[in-house]
Amino acid sequence: MNSIITSTARCLRLGSWHYRAAHNNGELLSGWARLMCSEAAQKNLAEIVKKDKVVVFMKGTPAQPMCGFSNAVVQILRMHGVDNYAAYNVLDDQDIRQGIKTFSNWPTIPQVFFNGEFVGGCDIFLQMHQSGDLVEELQKLGIRSALLDQEKESK
Amino acid sequence: MLSHTLRCLRPSSCTLALSRQLVHHRPHMEPSGPRPVETTVRTKLTQALKPEHLEVINESHMHAVPPGSESHFRVLVVSPQFEGLSLLQRHRLVNDTLREELSTCIHALAIQAKTPQQWSNNPSLAKSPPCLGGSKHDNTVTEKLKAVRD
Repeated sequence: MNSIITSTARCLRLGSWHYRAAHNNGELLSGWARLMCSEAAQKNLAEIVKKDKVVVFMKGTPAQPMCGFSNAVVQILRMHGVDNYAAYNVLDDQDIRQGIKTFSNWPTIPQVFFNGEFVGGCDIFLQMHQSGDLVEELQKLGIRSALLDQEKESK
Repeated sequence: MLSHTLRCLRPSSCTLALSRQLVHHRPHMEPSGPRPVETTVRTKLTQALKPEHLEVINESHMHAVPPGSESHFRVLVVSPQFEGLSLLQRHRLVNDTLREELSTCIHALAIQAKTPQQWSNNPSLAKSPPCLGGSKHDNTVTEKLKAVRD
């Protein structure tokens, strides 16, 4: 996973570098550079969200969330015993932060993806947890929620 | 506090008991002075979604932004237009309605989107999780706050 992040960051930084270099050659060229950077970024994000079953774009890290809404997503996943997921800290990279909003056409962070499909942000994730839908959706991913085991124990 | 809230929100009979505790929440400090963003949000949501019930709450005071900011909002929209729509579709409707504000001045938007039936079954406003200070050193939030002032 680290290599994916590194290569993505490298690609995005490269794209930014190209934009800065092209800017001196006039508007049209810098526009092209911006487009290429953006297209490359979108392509990378399309790969990133499919690489792992559960992918979260958040502020901070699961160990140290920097936003209450991102923390809520992390806590819910923890409650369900999901600890093997990809988490991307958008505060580390403004290109990813903006890119993922464009990619999913969703204006805020956190963002949760299941099997490459956008699930929603904190509100939706919380409601899925409350309604029990999250247990079902995890099951579809082949992930058994820890809550099922806890319910079993309590019976 | 968050873990306590989440534990009680397990899909069990606890959920109903907790929802009764989540009474309408009003910020203890209403911002004084003009509230252009809140007004715009209210107007746009009313025009687009014809809600039977609408609450627009400025939660900026709960976050690491200057007093009087209009950067963090919670909206509760009860509209028959949500019938038959998934949560994602409903939230996208709200996001699309507020696209301009979300790309300029609004940094965070918490959404509850209910049908009239769902609202009458459970008339409760959710609470936002406690802030972890992410906005404090966030340049994009600073830019958005400037956008409101300009």
